[in-house]
Formats: sequence, structure tokens, C-alpha cells
Amino acid sequence: MSVNRMFRTCPSSGLVFHEPAEKLMRWNAVAAAVSLLIGGLLAIGVVLTRWQAVHLLPADRFYQFLTAHGLNMLVFWIIFFEIAVLYFASSTLLKARLATPGMAWAGFWLMVLGALVNNYSVFRGDSSVMFTSYAPMGAHPTFYLGLILFAVGALIACFVFFGTLMVAKAERTYHGSVPLVTFGAITAAIIAVFTIASGAIILIPTFLWSVGLVEHIDSLMYKTVWWAFGHSSQQINVAAHVAVWYAVAAIVFGAKPLSEKVSRGAFLLYILFLQLASAHHLLTDPGLTSHWKIFNTSYAMYLAVLASMVHGLTVPGAIEVAQRAKGYTHGLFEWLRKAPWGNPVFSSMFMSLIGFGFLGGISGVMMGTEQLNLIIHNTIYVPGHFHATVVVGTTLAFMGLTYFLIPVLFRREVAFPTLAKWQPYVFGLAMMGVSLFLMGAGTLGVPRRHWDIGFAGNAFGYEFPGAAWLMMALAGIAGLVAIVGGGMYLLITVWSVFLGKKITTPGFQHVRARDGIAPSPQPVAAAIAAHHPSAGAGGLVAPGTFALAMVFLVSFVLYYFINWKYLSTVWPLK
Amino acid sequence: MNAERIKDDELSDEPVPVMQQLLDNPFLLLFLGIAMPTVLYIVWGVMEIVSLPIAK
Ligand code: HEM
Ligand SMILES: [Cu+2]
Repeated sequence: MSVNRMFRTCPSSGLVFHEPAEKLMRWNAVAAAVSLLIGGLLAIGVVLTRWQAVHLLPADRFYQFLTAHGLNMLVFWIIFFEIAVLYFASSTLLKARLATPGMAWAGFWLMVLGALVNNYSVFRGDSSVMFTSYAPMGAHPTFYLGLILFAVGALIACFVFFGTLMVAKAERTYHGSVPLVTFGAITAAIIAVFTIASGAIILIPTFLWSVGLVEHIDSLMYKTVWWAFGHSSQQINVAAHVAVWYAVAAIVFGAKPLSEKVSRGAFLLYILFLQLASAHHLLTDPGLTSHWKIFNTSYAMYLAVLASMVHGLTVPGAIEVAQRAKGYTHGLFEWLRKAPWGNPVFSSMFMSLIGFGFLGGISGVMMGTEQLNLIIHNTIYVPGHFHATVVVGTTLAFMGLTYFLIPVLFRREVAFPTLAKWQPYVFGLAMMGVSLFLMGAGTLGVPRRHWDIGFAGNAFGYEFPGAAWLMMALAGIAGLVAIVGGGMYLLITVWSVFLGKKITTPGFQHVRARDGIAPSPQPVAAAIAAHHPSAGAGGLVAPGTFALAMVFLVSFVLYYFINWKYLSTVWPLK
Repeated sequence: MNAERIKDDELSDEPVPVMQQLLDNPFLLLFLGIAMPTVLYIVWGVMEIVSLPIAK
């Protein structure tokens, strides 16, 4: 047997790491951080150009930066990190060896190669086709090739994840059902398989078209299948960051889910319905019927939204119950006031939850309504919405998890602890600002992906109201602060991982799998991986969360109807 | 084996509820998670697109 079977038990958390899995998690996390760095540097150019008073870049550079920003952030940063999460949720939480580490490395290097090739094509300058690369707008063949290589690598990683589940089952490293966090990761991996398959269906022909082997790509067909990939990949993020929320609630508070049954049921709703909402990207396209649009975006999507609301309630609910059990029982909100706001693991996760729900969730449901979509379609409202979901929601949750992983996975102390304490606030609050200001500007009609809303030298100009210009300026300022927050994260993580103080444990050694795994009495491992009977039986156990939920619902309903009112003023029906 | 692994007293003879059997089967979930959007989004959508008349 090879050396592939070594385990180590983390002395501070009790988590069990399989050596090859651990190494893969580290490398994936590092690749993710590099992508975030590139995407963040490009964001400076993007945001300073859209701030109309600064208008930094010339048009071609702007579109090039925007293309690379979208890809490095939304594809490379997020998916590299997600692969690390998948390995953590399978190998570590199930205490199982990682299936086929060799394949996992092949997948990793394919992803790295794909990311490099794709970035190469964009930096060549002839592939500024935006993240969506709508045909018949064509990019250099390496653009599609890079994405295909990356996707194949990610698909291999998903299969390694499923293989690890089988290994764990066969070697009986757990009993009963998998932990809830692992179940969330299964949800993410399932959605990922569909996402990548759809990507292959559309990107392979498009690649062949770019090298001249296929004659024609139908633009509506492209858009429809592309969004099965483009939208579903956002749902991998949702499932993954929700799993991270549950993990952080367990890590920081030892919180038990209010009801595992309900939480798992909500993940099942994700598996069944979340991906159908891809249709909201085609709400204004002629050629597809309203039956198809409304079935997929309303009926099906509301079931997925229901699931998100379940998660959004049961996570803080579980935290509230755990805090009340510790004696924080005064009033509705003592549990929340006395939460560890100085711990970046917690503060990131909680802001992620609030930002995702209030900003991303409410705006998403509004946009996903066929009629209301007309108000904001292709405006900068859309980036406003998804910077709330994918940046405040997913990115911030992943940042929080990183602060937990630095000591546990990398065995280093977190460098600059005071900076780390502030980082989630700088990044999170500024990003919420970016989202709100972009949504504000979008409501006033400012288009997305638009180099110059001043229309200088244009025969057909349009005068946007002063408020729109102001919103774009505010988004620019908030964006710069957010970029500083992202820089703080990278400084802290890179410094900790490469130069930080090593955590050493006397008597520490790896054990071979067949000698068994050291028992882990430590609370963290037990809290993330254990099963719990429902805590929510009988009575209102989490009144504070209930109150928050009511605030949420009222905001939701008000905002939804305000937009119908607004729509009625857009249509000149008198 | 060690104490962390399955303990006999935690194995019960109670039948596992159907819903739990579904949730415990990642490959069945994988099938459902691919079949649903493939049929309702991709196949249905593509059928609508190909049945559009071509402009002359
Ligand atoms: C660090 C701070 C960030 C700032 C200031 C920022 C700013 C912006 C702005 C202003 C736009 C819209 C430009 C336009 O449509 O004209 C944009 C687009 C975009 N951003 Fe960010 N962003 C940041 C981080 C992120 C992160 C972390 C992600 C993903 C995880 C992300 C994903 C995207 C995507 C996918 C687009 C759309 C690109 C396209 O239209 O093709 N951004 N960003
Ligand atoms: Cu979408």
C-alpha cells in the first residue's frame, strides 16, 4: 500500500484529516486565493470606470477587465474554494480516506490549466466577450477551451467527492445518515454535475464553431443552454455557502439544527427546483413561451426560495437556541447582542446570511417575476443583485470559513488578529453598499456592461437623472472600500499560511488508517458531524429569530408591491 | 476497530422511513437533480426553440 492512508487528528478541533485530502484542500484554497487576487485587481479598473466622474479605462480595456473580473471571481475563485469544501465535507467530516487522490490531482491541474488558458485568451485582447460569451459574438478558441478544461477538472473533483462518499459507506466510517453539512455539500455537488454537463453541451459546440468546424450557433439556443450552466453554477454557491452557515453555527456555538429533517428537506427542494430558475435570464427573450418561463421561474423557483428561507431561519434559530441555553435569555435579542461579533468566523457568516437574505433574496424574487423583470432587465441592478448573493453571500461565507481553516487545516495562527476582526465588516458592509447603490442606479435605468452613460460624442444620447450618476459614484467609493477589505483578507490569509506562526503539538503524529483513527472528544468535530434530535419541538424556541423573520417578510412584501406600483408607472396605460 | 466506528447498540431494527432512504441515497438524488432540470428546463426549452418557424 502506498502512503495514501495517513490520517491526522487536529488537536484543537478534533477534526480528522486524511493527508492527501488535506493537501488537496490546501492547494485548492491557494488557487482560489490567487484567482480572488486577480479578480480584485481587475475590479479596481471596473469600478473606477463606471464611476463616471473618474472614467478610468478606455472602452476596450474596460470590457476586457470586466470579462476577466467576472471569470476570475465567479468561476475560478468560487469553484476552487468549493472543491476544497467538497473534500472537507466528505473526507474530513466522514473521517474517510479520499477516493483516488491521483484523479483528484489530475482534476486540480486541469482546473489550473483551464484557468490559465482562459485568462490567456482574455488578456490577449480578442476575447472580451463578457462572462456570458453570447454567440454569435465570438472569442478566441482558447477562451472556450480554457473553460472546458476547467470544467472537466471540476467534474473529476465532483466524482472524487462522490467516490469518497462510497468509500466512507463501504468502510463504515460513519453510521446512519451523513452529517447535515455533508448533505449540503452533496446538494452542491449534484447541482455541479448538472451545471458542468450543461456547460459541456454548449461550450464544446461553441469551441468547434470558433475553430471553424461547426458552421452556426443559434443565439437563442446558446443562451438557453448556457444559462443552465451559468445560473446553476450560482446555485452550487448557494448550496455550498448554506452548508458553510450550518458548519459555522456548529463550530462557533455548538448549535444544533432546529430540525435536521426540515433542513434536509430544504436541501432536497434545492436539488429538485433550484436549477430551473435558470429561466429568469430569458424572461425578456421572445421565442420561449410564458408557460415555460413562468413554470420554471415562478412555480419551481418559489419552492427553492422557500428552501432558502428555511435555511435562513433555521441557522439563526439554531444559534439563538444555543445561546439561550448558555443563559443569554434577556429580551428578544440578547442572544444576538452577546454573540461573538469580534470573531471573524461568526461575523462573516452572519453578515453573509443577512446580506444574502435581505439584499440578494428579496431583489432576486422581484427580478425573477416575469412582469417585474422588465423594469430592471440588463440594468446595473442585476450586478447589484448578484454582488449581494455571490459576494456578500458566498464570498463572505467562504472568507469566514477560511479564518477557521487557517489554524485547523494549515496549522498556522491567524496573523494580524485585529485586522482579521475588522476585515469582514470592511468587506461585507462596503459590498452591501455596492449592491444597494448599483440596484438604486439600475432602478433609474443605468445599463450594466456600459462603458459610458454620459454618451459623449454619441448621436443618440440619453440624459440620466443626477441621482443615477450619484449612485454610480457612491458605488465606486463603496467598491474601493470593498476592494480594500478583500485586500485585507488576502494579506491576512497569505501571511498566515506562508509566514504565520506554526502551531505545533507535542507528541503529534500521523496514524495509518488501519490502525484506526484517534477518537475526537473535542467539541468542534462532534458538533459539525453529529446528529441531533429536533431542538425545535414544542413552543416558540427562538422568538428573536421569529421577529427577524417577520421583519424580513414585511420588507419582502413591501418591496415586491412597490415594484408592481413602479411597473404600472412604466407602462403608459392611462 | 475503535469506539468511533459503529456501535452495536446504535443499530436498531426499526425500518428506515422512505423519505430518509431517499435522502440517504446520493446517487438517487443525483439522478433526480439532473433529470428535473434536464426535462423541465433544457428539453422543454429546446423543444420550444426548435419548433419556432424559420423566417423566410
Ligand atoms: C471586490 C470588490 C468588487 C467590486 C468593487 C466589484 C464591482 C463590480 C462592478 C461595478 C461590476 C459591474 C460592471 C458593469 O456591469 O458595468 C461587476 C461585475 C461583475 N462582478 Fe464584481 N465586484 C467585486 C467583487 C466581485 C466578486 C467577489 C465576484 C464573484 C464572486 C464578482 C463577480 C462579478 C461578475 C460575475 C460580474 C459581471 C461581469 C459581466 O457582466 O460579465 N465581483 N463587479
Ligand atoms: Cu440566475
